[in-house]
Amino acid sequence: MSDSKTPLLDELEKGPWPSFVKEIKKAARTSRKAKDLLGQLELSYKDKKTHWKHGGIVGVRGYGGGIIGRFSDVPEEFPGAAHFHTVRVNQPSGWFYTTDALRQLCDIWDKYGSGLTNMHGSTGDTVFLGAGSDELEDIFTELSKAEWDLGGSGSDVRTPSCCVGPARCEFACYDTLALTYDLTMAYQDELHRPLFPYKWKFKMAGCPNDCVASIARADFSIIGTWRDEIRIDQAAVAEYAEKGLDIQSDAIRRCPTRCMKWDGNTLKINDHQCTRCMHCINVMPKALRPGTDTGAVILIGAKAPIVQGAILSSVLVPFMKIEPPYEELKDLIEKIWEFWDEHGVARERIGELIQRVGLGNFLEAIDIEPSPQMITQPRDNPYIFYEEYYAEEKEGGEA
Amino acid sequence: MATKEEIKARKTDIGPPHYERFLHPIIKENYGQWQYHEILRPGVMMHVSESGAKLYTVRAASPRLISTDFIRAICRLADKYCDGYLRFTSRNNIEFLLKNEANIDPLIADLKAEGTLVGGTGRSISNIVHTQGWVHCHSSATDASGLVKVVMDELANHFTEMDMPHKLRIAVACCLNMCGAVHCSDIALLGVHRTPPRIDHEKLPNLCEIPSTVASCPNAAVRPTFIDGKKSVEVDEDRCMYCGNCYTVCPAMPIADPLNDGVSIWVGGKVSNARSAPMFTKLAIPYLPNNPPRWPEVTEAVKNIVEVYVKNARSYERMGEWIGRVGWPEFFKLTGIKFTKYHIDDFKYAGTTYRRTTQMRGV
Repeated sequence: MSDSKTPLLDELEKGPWPSFVKEIKKAARTSRKAKDLLGQLELSYKDKKTHWKHGGIVGVRGYGGGIIGRFSDVPEEFPGAAHFHTVRVNQPSGWFYTTDALRQLCDIWDKYGSGLTNMHGSTGDTVFLGAGSDELEDIFTELSKAEWDLGGSGSDVRTPSCCVGPARCEFACYDTLALTYDLTMAYQDELHRPLFPYKWKFKMAGCPNDCVASIARADFSIIGTWRDEIRIDQAAVAEYAEKGLDIQSDAIRRCPTRCMKWDGNTLKINDHQCTRCMHCINVMPKALRPGTDTGAVILIGAKAPIVQGAILSSVLVPFMKIEPPYEELKDLIEKIWEFWDEHGVARERIGELIQRVGLGNFLEAIDIEPSPQMITQPRDNPYIFYEEYYAEEKEGGEA
Repeated sequence: MATKEEIKARKTDIGPPHYERFLHPIIKENYGQWQYHEILRPGVMMHVSESGAKLYTVRAASPRLISTDFIRAICRLADKYCDGYLRFTSRNNIEFLLKNEANIDPLIADLKAEGTLVGGTGRSISNIVHTQGWVHCHSSATDASGLVKVVMDELANHFTEMDMPHKLRIAVACCLNMCGAVHCSDIALLGVHRTPPRIDHEKLPNLCEIPSTVASCPNAAVRPTFIDGKKSVEVDEDRCMYCGNCYTVCPAMPIADPLNDGVSIWVGGKVSNARSAPMFTKLAIPYLPNNPPRWPEVTEAVKNIVEVYVKNARSYERMGEWIGRVGWPEFFKLTGIKFTKYHIDDFKYAGTTYRRTTQMRGV
């Protein structure tokens, strides 16, 4: 019989996949906080329920976001986990680090916190788990001295994040890292001081493969695309075919618009029909590349289910060039915020507001011309709210 | 301790460090000039620049919840093999960026010694995106890290091999809030509460603000009331959909229920625009019990769905595309999953999911 205090969690040290229990145990060697987290988690495994409470606003001077309060409901038993707050550190664009930078973060966190992190949180931040209420100012002071800043939380701009982009991906149709950095810097106030009806997420994806789930998760999705022709290297196409790729079944038949033809020698693409879905490029990255007239589709309104049901982003601007200083983009963002500020109710995401007022009215308010690219079909119900109609002319010619 | 002066003098709104500081020189030199990539073997990619320069990437799994010890260990490897540069992916993998091809094998050997796995590229099951669960969330109906661990233990060979019809993306969220892209994954595990919150009328007046507690409910199920002359709230149980939103606002309304909380399984979502449009995940199994530490019912169910997909889907067909082709009746038949009334939507746009054609299979 083992005398382990965590017999249930010990079971999760077994098996081939890397074990988070091992990680908590590593941190617990030197941190009372991590040790008590382990104890409390074992209790959750025994009781089959969480032992965390929300509530209690915690934060650091000058900021309204960046720290999320978390308290144990069994603090007497696990005093080290009594206050176990989250510190969201704004990650670098594309999650690139040097080892020096990572060690700097580790040093700060080992000094004050539990030694446990998430690399990374779902929104993208570098996450420190387990800060005591009394240590928050110290942690932020040290982070700030080392030139790190906090990310967003609550009803503010959440920390923008992006895919690997042109740093290491040939599909990137605009510079996702540069735009992420630029918007993050431009909207520092909105990021750190929650004044919106609810959260606002930006996610920059370099191409329609959308490796940051922008269309599913961002209120404002900027997804790279192009509007000229796919670049074809015919010799490389032939090489794929020689090496055994079945171009007919794996590329042509999977093309949603069937705009491609392959006669065994030459691949032809009717670019006018192409919807730029990326499939053929994904299959033959050496032979096919996005065009050179690149930019992005701007989509709006995605969110997870809470509270009115999940929404995917929908097309707002079918194509926009994405180049510094990004004025057109920022004008659009700020117009939308103004509308949201005026018409949104508490805890209403922009996607829900647009559904409430109607996309047509929203477009009018932010001064964008409706286009058929924004919808999958025109309305099929006849109840149109006309805003203009003819009135019978009165005597004397006045309407 | 930071002094008041230090806090006052603190520089705020400086934003993150500029990413250029963290880019490997070979990336800086070839930024935006990448021409193509090849997956050399599972977990190993080669990106080739127009200049002819080559960058190798080795992708390794992490449990996301990691200690500073682990970070220091991977830093030592990045120093040894990657000139001190590395990155993380949107699915919590670590990517080592190498200039020298000869370093790939020794790096992989060292990563194995560190207890991690290399893979997650191409037609594989990559790392699971997940939430905090019992480790750190107040509204969790299950543990997320534990589910990820037991499911990936079962599926690890699909991470280290590229033997799937197409990529398969799994996500875990510990309650209906669905933090993470759970609502758009090939397979999603979702913690569910199935009973309304219980109200502590003693504590509630001191802990919670009544109007914001009432307003927190999306279904107007929470109403103000008086209990023994004290202000409190009541819950119209028929209207409660167990979202836990009220508990977030009011700690005197705990929703966790060990007897009834559990895990639901959802399938067929995707985020990518490749071929078909992005799709939401749809309900496959409404409820499986929370059976920690290894959730055998859940791992069994996921394994079954994966195996049926592998056996039946065509090349380059994602889970949702395969189901779209063969139809949901076929999905339920092939997986042996029982179809129930809970599978039929009754929320806002439920009517759009009713079959309004005579075209169907499996009758």
